[in-house]
Amino acid sequence: MWRYTLIRIASSIPVILVVGVITFSIIHIAPGDPAAIIGGDEATVEDLERIRQELGTDQPIHIQFIRWVGRLARGDLGTSIFSKQSITTLMAPRLQPTLSLGVQVIVLSTLLGISIGVISAWKAGAPIDRAFMFFAVLGFSAPGFWLAFILIWVFAVNFGWFPALGYRPIGEGILPHLHSMFLPVAVNSILSSAFISRITRSAMLDVLREDYVRTARAKGLRELVVYMRHAFRPASIPVVTVIGASLASLATGFVVTESIFAIPGLGRMLIEAIIRRDFPIIQAMMMVVATGYVLVNLFIDIIYAYLDPRIRY
Amino acid sequence: MGMRNQPEQAEQLAIRLAPSPGARARRALAASVLIMRGNPNVIIGVVILAAILLMTAFSPIIVRSDYTQTTTDLRLPPSSEHWFGTDAFGRDVFDRVIAGSRVSLYVGFAVTVVSVVLGLVIALFAGYFRFLDHILMRFVDGLLAFPTILLALALIALLGGSVNNVIIALSVTGTASKVRLVRGQVLSLREEQFVEAARAIGAPVWRILFLHIAPNTFGIVMVQATFTLATAILAEASLSFLGAGVPEFIPTWGNIVATGKGYVQVAFWISFFPGVFLTATVLAVVLIGDALRDYLDPRLKGQFLSE
Repeated sequence: MWRYTLIRIASSIPVILVVGVITFSIIHIAPGDPAAIIGGDEATVEDLERIRQELGTDQPIHIQFIRWVGRLARGDLGTSIFSKQSITTLMAPRLQPTLSLGVQVIVLSTLLGISIGVISAWKAGAPIDRAFMFFAVLGFSAPGFWLAFILIWVFAVNFGWFPALGYRPIGEGILPHLHSMFLPVAVNSILSSAFISRITRSAMLDVLREDYVRTARAKGLRELVVYMRHAFRPASIPVVTVIGASLASLATGFVVTESIFAIPGLGRMLIEAIIRRDFPIIQAMMMVVATGYVLVNLFIDIIYAYLDPRIRY
Repeated sequence: MGMRNQPEQAEQLAIRLAPSPGARARRALAASVLIMRGNPNVIIGVVILAAILLMTAFSPIIVRSDYTQTTTDLRLPPSSEHWFGTDAFGRDVFDRVIAGSRVSLYVGFAVTVVSVVLGLVIALFAGYFRFLDHILMRFVDGLLAFPTILLALALIALLGGSVNNVIIALSVTGTASKVRLVRGQVLSLREEQFVEAARAIGAPVWRILFLHIAPNTFGIVMVQATFTLATAILAEASLSFLGAGVPEFIPTWGNIVATGKGYVQVAFWISFFPGVFLTATVLAVVLIGDALRDYLDPRLKGQFLSE
């Protein structure tokens, strides 16, 4: 067990290193002076000089990289070119909306996706299964921004139940917060639960073919017990992997929904940085998100090894 | 000399033993019937996709107005004159949606072709030459740790928003995911007896890679290609919607939805119709991909592929 954990941790170090190299080199891959690219057409000579110093591009490239890694290791994500503030300071107030969105979406889409998947597997081939799976494919095909548009049109414009705009922080009370987040949470949960329900259904169907499930039925256990205790537990393993892997696609959803619903989170900060070509912020985001992704998947893999003793090197 | 010709002779014999074009067509027909029987939804997918491809091909005839020209007919609701209404600049939404389908589909197919071809070639070499494999796969792991949209946004901020730059930005992740997929296949195929046999009769490496190993990965690559097509069409739309993709003066489904963003209350049709086309196209591609996968590997039935 320890051996597996250590090997698994060791194997994510080169990946994080590669993530760092890609993030660092992104401003160097385009031909020309990075400062000129960031400064744009209207930049003056002084602007360019300032940006060069900001980026440290007046130094040789390997020195730049070592300095950059050193700063990251101290938890310093750099300085924004546009606002000249430290990026960690800029990110801090943006964390709450995005984390709240993330937690709500993961909880809701997991509950919804797993319930739909289990019911579909139970009634495999029946009309309810077909209907669920049709909506699952539809949920996978619909772009998030368009689904957001439809939900705003129906629930904000026509019914007036939920606001289309106007984020309210948790500080203003949990209910107003949840109310203001309802539509963005709904959009992302519909998209992710479509994905999760399909995986759950196929994992359940796989397990239901196993001999021990037949044995459980043969000894007269109730169907509910067979489903929940004998089939769902092993089926949940691939489901959790998918939830881990789908964190990357959640990022897309967050960037899009935060920009539509005017939620002042990290996704919107990224879009603002892209428009202003504030590369230190873009690089900080890339580093944080990709490292987070590697660490979450590392964590999931190690949890598995505890749950399923067959997983070993 | 005789020894040197042996691989050629063996290959020629194999070619002679291969089915004739007629037999091949019959087999393709039989496969299509099997695909349809296994997953009847594929018919819906093929019909929708065929309709959209036809519509795109004939778009110069279908489009009647100059959709780039602003007029005074602002935000008119759908009517017999303007099927999908007009937008905030008085442009016909139907014409823009039809014209936009060209760019949206072009980007989708271009990303798919680039990713599949590049991914296949890189993976064949990586899977076969183990010294390349290690470095390359760490690089691929690193690339795939970034969400597609994040990497694409960063590349577009760097390169500028244009049709070609969107294709480049999306092909990076697309290629990386193909490399990971095909490499796994190559690793198991290179241990197969037919590869060993080819090596034993002295076939050169390129011949083993491209004529013996590559054809055996086509099934899974085809299924994955449909998935790439679906995600590329969606990703282009998301980028263009965010204003970081194809610029607004070239209509694509994504940026047409964006032009209606501020008019949900007064003119829902501006954003609604391009989204319907977008969803229908992706749905069609996903249904076809599902059916192909069920046919090639029935054990995977009902699963989504993931990048």
